[in-house]
Amino acid sequence: MNRATFPHRVLPWLLIAPQLLISLVFFYWPAVQALWQSTLREDAFGLKTTFVGLANFRKVLADPAYLNAIQVTVVFSILTAFFSMAVALFLAVQAEKVVRGKGFYRTVLIWPYAVAPAIAGMLWLFMFNPSFGSLAWPLKQMGIDWDPLLNGKQAMGLVIAAASWKQISYNFLFFVAGLQAIPKSLIEAAAIDGAGSRRRFWTIVFPLLAPTSFFLLVVNGVYALFDTFGIIHAVTGGGPGKATETLVYKVYNDGFVNLQLGSSAAQSVILMAIVIGLTAFQFRFIERRVHYG
Amino acid sequence: MATLSLKDVRKSYGKTEVIHGVSIDVEDGEFVVIVGPSGCGKSTLLRMVAGLEAISSGVIEIGGTVVNDLEPRARDIAMVFQNYALYPHMTVADNMGYGLKIAGLPKAERAEKVRRAAEMLDLLPYLDRKPRALSGGQRQRVAMGRALVRDPAAFLFDEPLSNLDAKLRVQMRLQIKELQRTVGITSLYVTHDQVEAMTLADRLIVMNAGVAEQIDTPMAIYDRPANTFVAGFIGSPAMNILPARINAAGNGVILDGGPEIGLPDRLPASVGPGKTVLLGIRPEHFTLSRDGMAGSFPVVVHAVETLGADAYAHGRLTAVAPDSLVVRVPGHLDLHPGRPIHVVPNRDMLHLFEPETGKRL
Ligand SMILES: Nc1ncnc2c1ncn2[C@@H]1O[C@H](COP(=O)(O)OP(=O)(O)OP(=O)(O)O)[C@@H](O)[C@H]1O
Ligand SMILES: [Mg+2]
Repeated sequence: MNRATFPHRVLPWLLIAPQLLISLVFFYWPAVQALWQSTLREDAFGLKTTFVGLANFRKVLADPAYLNAIQVTVVFSILTAFFSMAVALFLAVQAEKVVRGKGFYRTVLIWPYAVAPAIAGMLWLFMFNPSFGSLAWPLKQMGIDWDPLLNGKQAMGLVIAAASWKQISYNFLFFVAGLQAIPKSLIEAAAIDGAGSRRRFWTIVFPLLAPTSFFLLVVNGVYALFDTFGIIHAVTGGGPGKATETLVYKVYNDGFVNLQLGSSAAQSVILMAIVIGLTAFQFRFIERRVHYG
Repeated sequence: MATLSLKDVRKSYGKTEVIHGVSIDVEDGEFVVIVGPSGCGKSTLLRMVAGLEAISSGVIEIGGTVVNDLEPRARDIAMVFQNYALYPHMTVADNMGYGLKIAGLPKAERAEKVRRAAEMLDLLPYLDRKPRALSGGQRQRVAMGRALVRDPAAFLFDEPLSNLDAKLRVQMRLQIKELQRTVGITSLYVTHDQVEAMTLADRLIVMNAGVAEQIDTPMAIYDRPANTFVAGFIGSPAMNILPARINAAGNGVILDGGPEIGLPDRLPASVGPGKTVLLGIRPEHFTLSRDGMAGSFPVVVHAVETLGADAYAHGRLTAVAPDSLVVRVPGHLDLHPGRPIHVVPNRDMLHLFEPETGKRL
């Protein structure tokens, strides 16, 4: 086979330069900055910075508030990823069954994705505000002592619901595509082999959706870790107490609100390591069990 | 094992009816083949028997039970799909044992049944492989095996060999026939390949545009096609069908190109002298003769297809005749386009059809 070769040595570099530049400016540079920043301590007025080595990291990891944030993040991420994927899968399967108006259902279900995170947060806040929320009242009628502003568990439930809701459309879209890629004759063969619809789903459809599910697991994991800042900020602001303060939210809080730049930078470096580790783990151990066509 | 019966089964998609009332009775252990051109409704008919497609009207019975409203799984049938429809994430053994597992058979018994079917189909070395690591022919056999282990009331096949190359197809054809004979399970087999249909069928159903044109044994259909469609569809190359007229004496036909061919039988009263008819004669029912021999007529050859043992001469009765006709001749014969050959039709193998309806006279 002939390999296409460029006559120039410079041209290939020129062609990838824009992408490279974007990565450099928006990813590597801030990353290096954060790394550097994480070894410094700045005084309260930003007048003097001193090199402190790994002291910031030691302090962060020993901080009970940080350990709390880790726990909050784990619970929040797992539940958000789980619910957004489970509900999306359920809806996608139902939408497949619809004979008339398939397109309509799909379109309507995709809309929430267009809502900005902060606005999604506001929507949920208004609906569930204990004093004027339109859905808080029925909850109270049912005898639930609804007050997410004071009750940490309820606050967590609310941000998980809002964050999941926001992501359902996205997952729905992929699951619909994934379902359509499964040959109909496989389902028919299973039906003839005697499997009922539930059995068909769990033994044929679900395993064949594994590539889609795996991809979504990675995406939703990253989403729950990073992109939910806007929702948490709008709905609970990390409270009550620190009940909904995730790692990302704490980075923001410590850095921009409390102006502890060194600590905040150390936290982002740890976060970076977590994401790299997590993604590597997913690809190494989960992807292997995924069956691609 | 069971009988299978369809009574005036119809199917409409919206307002368009695609199956116009088909009735079939398949006896216990019989191998019935449905053959017809693409789009005539073969798959639809089979899928209605399987329960994958609802029927619009009529009755389908399997083993004497009306199954019109039963789900596929309640019908006790097995189906082999054209694209095999093997579960890609399961091994060959799991593919074959899936139905048994759902039926709740204990593991050991399941494994034994799968092993026995695999042995019959030469699949033992592949039991632990995934379908994607198999060749087309092996996949086809796994699909067969999946149907076989279930020991169903009836087998349904939807063009199971159409994705295989010609040689493998012949091989699998024989294997399917042999298998069906050993296990003796009632089978309904769909194909558009008439050679497959002729060789496999105990009984053949020729379908066209949603109608079963003729149901009979393959040889009976070959010998006495019910109409021009069946006549043209069964047999290769297709039967020559030429416009003709009954002669004045009523004992022969005059072809539009000139020659007169004597008829052996007495004609029915409705086919009197002067009536226009369609004369059907298969390419293999001509004998070559010398010029001027009694009953012979010339055919001007314009193209020759040589297959080896045989050759097919395409020619016309006169240089300007509109209709072309095909004659089977020995392969080594030296033919030249533009020159005539002289042929004598086999008088016992002539078919007469009504020109308007195409029905056999
Ligand atoms: N879902 C559908 N809606 C409308 N028409 C359909 C539908 N499915 C099939 N048909 C029509 O029904 C007719 C029969 O289709 P079918 O698949 O049974 O043909 P077939 O004989 O199996 O052809 P082939 O040999 O090409 O597989 C076709 O004319 C097709 O266009
Ligand atoms: Mg078909």
